[in-house]
Order: sequence, then C-alpha cells, then structure tokens
Amino acid sequence: MRDDLAWLDGKAITAGIIDGSFSAREVTGTALERIEQYDTKLNAFTTVTAERALARADAIDAARARGAALAPLAGAPFAVKNLIDIAGLPTLAGSKINRERAAASRDATLVVRLEEAGAILVGALNMGEYAYDFTGENVHYGASRNPHDLARMTGGSSGGSGGAVAGGLATFALGSDTNGSIRVPASFCGVFGLKPTFGRLSRAGSFPFVSSLDHLGPLARSVGDLAAAYDAMQGHDPQDPVCAARPAEPAGAVLDAGIRDLRIAVAGGYFRQGAFPEALQAVEQVARALGATREVHLPEAARARAAAYVITATEGAALHLDRLRSAAGSFDPAVRDRLIAGALMPAAFVVRAHKFRRWFQAQMLDLFEQVDVILAPATPCVAPMIGQQTIMLDGVEQPLRPNIGIFTQPISFIGLPVVAVPVPLPSGLPIGVQVIAAPWREDIALRVARALELSGVARSPRPPEL
Amino acid sequence: MHTEGTAMDDADLEAIIEAGARLLRIPLRPEWLIGVRLHLATNLRLAQLVTEFDLPDDLDPAYVFGA
Repeated sequence: MRDDLAWLDGKAITAGIIDGSFSAREVTGTALERIEQYDTKLNAFTTVTAERALARADAIDAARARGAALAPLAGAPFAVKNLIDIAGLPTLAGSKINRERAAASRDATLVVRLEEAGAILVGALNMGEYAYDFTGENVHYGASRNPHDLARMTGGSSGGSGGAVAGGLATFALGSDTNGSIRVPASFCGVFGLKPTFGRLSRAGSFPFVSSLDHLGPLARSVGDLAAAYDAMQGHDPQDPVCAARPAEPAGAVLDAGIRDLRIAVAGGYFRQGAFPEALQAVEQVARALGATREVHLPEAARARAAAYVITATEGAALHLDRLRSAAGSFDPAVRDRLIAGALMPAAFVVRAHKFRRWFQAQMLDLFEQVDVILAPATPCVAPMIGQQTIMLDGVEQPLRPNIGIFTQPISFIGLPVVAVPVPLPSGLPIGVQVIAAPWREDIALRVARALELSGVARSPRPPEL
Repeated sequence: MHTEGTAMDDADLEAIIEAGARLLRIPLRPEWLIGVRLHLATNLRLAQLVTEFDLPDDLDPAYVFGA
C-alpha cells in the first residue's frame, strides 16, 4: 500500500498517472486497502464497490497506455452518501426500511458525470437515517466516527462523507445538504464542503428528504478538488425538475483570480449568539485573513431558521407518511418521533413558512447588492462526543441535535451557495466557517476559499493516526 | 409543561397527537408519546415565530423556489 497516494489531490493523481509515476490501479488499490484497514474504526462506508473501482482503474490505465487523453479527475477515488443511486445496490438513505427496496437500475446523474470525468467510485457512505440528522449517528449501521477523535461525531447527515474524506479513504465524496448536512460534517471533520445554489446540481437518482430544500454537493480536502468535482457535475438535467436550465459555469478556471474586487462582510447579530468562543475565533481568523472589517445583519435570521425547521418537519413527514403507517417501528426512534410530529402540523403554518421564504429571499438579495460575500460560523461548536444529547448555548442547556444546524439552516433556506472552509484550532480539532455568496456565484465563494487555503488559515488537517 | 405562545399544555398536545395519529392512520405506541409531544411542541413554538411575523397578503409562497 502506498499511503502517500491517499493524501494526493485529484490534480496530482491525474498528473502522476499521465507521467507514469504510478498507475490508476495503484491509486485505487491504496484507497481500497485503506478502507479495509481503517473503516473498522471510522465506519464511513456501508458498501465498497471494489470490483467496479478496479475495472474503472484498469480502463484508465489502458487508455493511458494507448496514448488517449485522460479526463481531469482521472484516477481520483470518490464515494457517495448512500442516498445516491449506485446501479446494482439498494439506495439505503441510512435506513433499515430501504434495504427491502429493489436495487437501483442505474447510477445517479452526478455519479455518471463524475465517472465521465475519470473519477473512480469506491463505495457508498454511511449517513443519518433519511438525512434527518446533524450528528452522523445511525441506530442501524452505527455512528460514523470522526477521524480526528474517534469518540466524537462526524456531524451529519453526510457523516460518512466527512469521515471518508478527512480520513484519507477517498479524495472527495458527495453528500446532500437540506439544512446543513454537507457543511456540518465538513466543519466537524475539517474538510472543505460546497453546498451549491439550490437547483444548480442535479438530484436525479437520489433519495429525497425535503424536495424544496434538498441540495447535493461535494466534500474534499482541497479547494481545487472541490471545484473540479463541482465543475464535472454541472449542467442541466431534465431528469430533475428542480435543476436549473443554466449552462455550466466552470469555477476552476477562475479559482486563482484573487479577492481584491470582493466586498466581504461578517454576519453579526444572530450569528454571534449561541456560538462557542472557538466558532467566533475561527470566523475572526478568516475575516482577518481576508481583510474583512464590515459587519452585516441578516434580517430575521432566527425566523428564517424557524421556517426552514417547519418546512423540513412537515415535508419530510409527508414523504414518509406511508412508511410511518406501515413500518413506524423500523425507523430510528429519533427520526420517527420527529416525522410523526411533523405530520401533525397544520397546513396553514407550512404555507406561512413558504411565504416567509419569499420575503427573506428578497431581503437577502438586497443585502447582496451591498456585499459579495458573507462570513458566518458553520457550527456553534467543534465536534461533540458521540451520544451527547445536550449543549450549553448562551448559558442555557438545550437539546444538541437540532441546534447543531442553527447557523446553516437560514442560509440553505433560500438556497444560497456556500463553501464551508475548515479552520484547524490549537486544540487539534477543526471547525468550519461558511463563505456565503449570492445565488449562482459559487465561483466567488470558491475564490475566497482558495485565497484562505493559500493563506494557510483554512486547511484540511491530516489526522495524526491515519 | 406549557408550550410558549400556543396556549397548549401537555394534555392539549397529547389530544392532538392521539387524534391526529388516528386521522393519519399512524399506529402510535404509548412509549413514543413523550418524544412526539416534545417535537410537536418545538414545531409549534417555531411555527409561532414565523406566523407572528406580518407579511403582505399578496406575497406568493415560495413553493417552487428559484434561487
């Protein structure tokens, strides 16, 4: 096993295959061996697609041998949250119930596009049941474990995605983000995570949670890989009615354009309340590195979070109503109780939440006339211990699970693009900061993330024992 | 417990849960009641936060959302 290959970025992997430093089979073999060796601890994978991965690797090596041009992500191992379809496997979505579903007949659109770009699928990843989760814990498959401290949460619901990438088991991974499920594990596991604009990337072939809030996106250890994966997945998909009919707008080409022309501000008010000192310290470090001194107020952010919460509870309940009738006892109890409670909410409240969404979006678009980027904490704290039930916020003990997402929910509520950047802390644990841009300006959020990576303030730390 | 802003106490919530579960044909086990009540109370408290905010009648709900 060549451990050094596991920590290369996608660009270096492709370059090494092209110049003959190593083969795609060696890179893939290393990833598969590391999964075998370390996943007993990390519990990031629910299925390993070894045969498929090695066949793809051999095809890339054969293409190189005959002098064919290789695609931009050629040889980069990736894995997907197990709510994303992989042909031949049942799409579990973290549940026991879905084990009985028929195997997916084809790959999800994003898997197809990534393989067309040369990336190699190595498996399906653990997640919180039906994505209704911020912890990465799972009563059926066990908790995903944080590579920086195995006793701590990965965050969720894309817990396996965060753990696999931070632990060097994949170059990048796909997750989903309804209320923060990419940004939370990115924060707790110390990797970069991109939640694109709502409607940017196809969700076709993924198991839904809250259709009006669901996004898919990548997690990676470098901004270059995040942008390369994002660019490979862009483009309209008629299979997803929500996917916007916009041409691809590649971000990789402008990644190093710098930030001198950007107006960057820090979110005040709501985004300073309830945050632990380390979360605020990370935002300050990032703001200082970017020369951002302005503070902006996101109007009614607490109500935005509340409205997202109501829509999530009710729309999620509607999705699962038949399963609640026929198999309520087979759900994770923590998910089941919330879904039943969501099913009981009067429709008038849900309509009001959607009306408020329209209002909040208009306010935020006005704000983006004044600034290009807003910085905010991704999570109120570093990764809590697995099993932890409560958290002290502003001196009051509160339930942990729903409060992990207090800073991510108002942002995804109106579909803004966000890059969560990891900031290593002196404690050895990382924490994330959200770099938030106007709709369809993922390029700006990625440019800022790239500037932070170059400055050394944001980086994905390698866990010492992996 | 009294759910802030909704004038609902635990008995009210349990009545809603039991009637609602019958209406929706969700088989509710007694041991689930505490958890469901807790989450329903949270949902209603947050819904109250949204509904007390004054919005114009002609504002369209964002069901089909374009970012």
